[in-house]
Amino acid sequence: MPIEIPKDKWAGSIRAITIGATSAEGGTRSRCVTIGGETTMPYLHFEAPTPNKPVIAIEIKSRKPEDWSPLLMEVWGEAMTDPAQWAKKSEEAGADLIALGLTVEDTPDDAVRIVKSVLSATGLPLIVWGPGQAEKDNEVLVPVSEATKGEKLVLGICEDKNYRTIVATAMANGHLVQARAPMDVNLSKQLNILISDMGMPKERIIMDPTTGALGYGIEYGYSVMERLRLAALQGDAMTQYPMIVTPGFEAWKTKEAKVGEGVPEAWGDWKARAIHWETLTAIALVESGADIVVLRHPESVARVKDAIEELITA
Amino acid sequence: MALSGIQIYKLLPQTNCKECSFPTCLAFAMKLAAKQVELSACPYVSEESKKQLAESAAPPIRLISLRANGTELKVGNEVVMFRHEKTFYNKPGLFLRVKASDPDLAKKVAAADAYKVNYVGMDFSIDGFAIELDGNPEAAKTVRSVTKRPLILIGNDAAALDSTLSQLAGESTLIYAADSSNHESLADVAKKHKAILAVKADSLEALADLTQKVQARGVEDMVLDLGGKNLGEWLTRSTQARRLALKSNFKPLGYPTIFFAAQNGLDKEAVYASQAITKYAGFVVIDTFAPEMIYPLLVLRENIYTDPQKPIQVQPGIYEINSPKPDSPVLVTTNFSITYFAVANEVEGSGLPAWLVVTDAEGMSVLTAWAAGKFDAERIAKAIKGFNVEEKVSKKRIVLPGHVAVLSGEVEEELPGWEVRVGPREAVDLPAFMKQVLN
Ligand code: B12
Ligand code: SF4
Repeated sequence: MPIEIPKDKWAGSIRAITIGATSAEGGTRSRCVTIGGETTMPYLHFEAPTPNKPVIAIEIKSRKPEDWSPLLMEVWGEAMTDPAQWAKKSEEAGADLIALGLTVEDTPDDAVRIVKSVLSATGLPLIVWGPGQAEKDNEVLVPVSEATKGEKLVLGICEDKNYRTIVATAMANGHLVQARAPMDVNLSKQLNILISDMGMPKERIIMDPTTGALGYGIEYGYSVMERLRLAALQGDAMTQYPMIVTPGFEAWKTKEAKVGEGVPEAWGDWKARAIHWETLTAIALVESGADIVVLRHPESVARVKDAIEELITA
Repeated sequence: MALSGIQIYKLLPQTNCKECSFPTCLAFAMKLAAKQVELSACPYVSEESKKQLAESAAPPIRLISLRANGTELKVGNEVVMFRHEKTFYNKPGLFLRVKASDPDLAKKVAAADAYKVNYVGMDFSIDGFAIELDGNPEAAKTVRSVTKRPLILIGNDAAALDSTLSQLAGESTLIYAADSSNHESLADVAKKHKAILAVKADSLEALADLTQKVQARGVEDMVLDLGGKNLGEWLTRSTQARRLALKSNFKPLGYPTIFFAAQNGLDKEAVYASQAITKYAGFVVIDTFAPEMIYPLLVLRENIYTDPQKPIQVQPGIYEINSPKPDSPVLVTTNFSITYFAVANEVEGSGLPAWLVVTDAEGMSVLTAWAAGKFDAERIAKAIKGFNVEEKVSKKRIVLPGHVAVLSGEVEEELPGWEVRVGPREAVDLPAFMKQVLN
């Protein structure tokens, strides 16, 4: 029996955005990463091809993070004390991008030195996050931005309380920004408007809708992403940005991933569970429209990468 | 698909007699379309109209119910593509596949049957077993001796299925699967035993042909295996089948689906199962009984199937943990289930006694509630007074979550005579804090 498959016809599409610049484009990256450009809900190839596949960033820190799970300590080992080496190992583990988190201990000089060392250790495009305190963020991100002019880094994290300085320096130095709003379609739009109103070109904004881990709020993040994508396809210009989410950060905060002892027997093997926690959080977000997932464990990276290949080559 | 008010109006007597208590038949039709009244309120509807209205009211994805002795699992009856449009209703059943010929069959099934895990106060377990009928005619009996959960029988030998179903009298079992070569004999077996029949084909067209043939042979309850070589292809088919059912009211594909998570290898099993859970599967069959995989899958399923309109909450009040005494500490938190259980489980696990005051924060987490103005000094003070905490304790001292340290000054003002302490940010660190700082 012939069947007519109902197809959605959309007026809008997601903007395609490129991160990183090669020497031809004024940077030093060996390759760039392009995300976005979608014209359908995720991976519905019967409506239109997915022009750019979602990519994986591996999260590293400027200093060895003492509060990370021992499972992450075990897998990254000594590399954690040297961001350049950590970045190199991340590239080997299959990362498409590196997400480098600076810490409150970093002076502006430290920050610049560390970012440069990471840039020379790997050819991958780079995301750089401030320590997450408004004043500190501005203090380290501005010199980093200036010292890496033209590299097309992603600078973050811009939130409603603190975006002006980061956006201004990114604009002046040819970088992109990560715009984070707390799991709300309207707040995301609002922040994107504020950032564009400053004059930031639209192809240099990546939207971070905020997410929660499996069991700790993922249901909200999952649906907010679907709603943002639907709004964008319906033609709402201020939601037509690719999305970045941080399932690694969220999943490794949970007790299920962090703690190996004194937990219910029904939770099973610690290491396998922790990796499932991160992987499943990431897969759900990929299904709901993530363009960049930031992960921590190499095994999760391998599994999510494999899943993305299957989704893209259907 | 549901009819519009105008379409319903055309099926009514159109006499405006008002006996239904509405001024016109059209007004009544509008209310019917909005599902705010029952058709029986009009005494004059013809039999033919009743039939048509009943058909249009049938769910676009058929409700399928698997039953065993005393246990039941319902899937299907879904109405939306995206959970925010309403909600997803019936969680996909999670089944473990076992082989009839496995010498350890009883042991394996018993272990998986006993599996139980608690997530924010709810006990989760797997839903049933899928027995591959590869010999051993006694397998169903063996399995039934150790579990009461519903079953799926995997096999294409009609005689073997028939005899196994005879051992499961009174149950409602799923047979997997009829294809173009055996659908007649399997449909007959399904019909005889009132079983549900899974149907498989490698295209939606072929599948639709097959379900109609099976239906013509007298089987109403079906489940679809959509085929598909990998995640992407299955996502496409699953989306298309769901759309056809919901948007085109295409009955031949208006059934729940079944998905085998280990079809492309055990290393992909968890990822395959998670896509199936998020993207519309009715039954998910796994091959590995591994708590470290089953627990996250059950949590994912719960998250995707919670009603996005209302967060899971606990009753505000004062909770006693580990039999607190008057000098035990008083901890304050919100009534979001995840928050409450994060704190309660931590304290309970430590063996330390405490009073846990759960404020009415409209089901929000500590920081969300704080940001939304639902967890402030006033509300905290109201809870302490309202739940008569003062009468229960000898030491007037409360502990706030570390994330809302900024509230401590205001809380002191609202609660004169109480000492206010700021606890750690994360509940994991509470036991150490209680031992070292509170004494
Ligand atoms: C899911 C979520 C939501 C969901 C709501 C979920 C819910 N039912 O609460 C939704 C999407 C609806 C939401 C909405 C909003 N959110 Co919100 N949301 C989150 C998110 C992602 C996770 C929250 C969560 O569930 N955490 C898990 C629970 C278990 O954590 P918890 O309650 O804090 O409990 C832990 C600790 O506090 C501690 N603890 C708890 N009780 C106690 C007691 C004691 C004594 C001690 C010692 C410890 C302790 O133990 C627990 C485990 O460690 C966070 C960001 C994040 N990733 O954390 C933002 C976040 C909380 N939201 C935020 C905001 C701003 C909002 C909004 C105001 C945005 C808006 N204007 O729409 C709204 C407010 C709601 C409204 N107006 O209706 C901000 C708050 C910022 C701030 N610091 O003020 C956050 C931090 C995001 C951000 N970075 O901006 N949100
Ligand atoms: S009772 Fe029936 S016929 Fe009479 S007005 Fe109502 S709908 Fe029309």
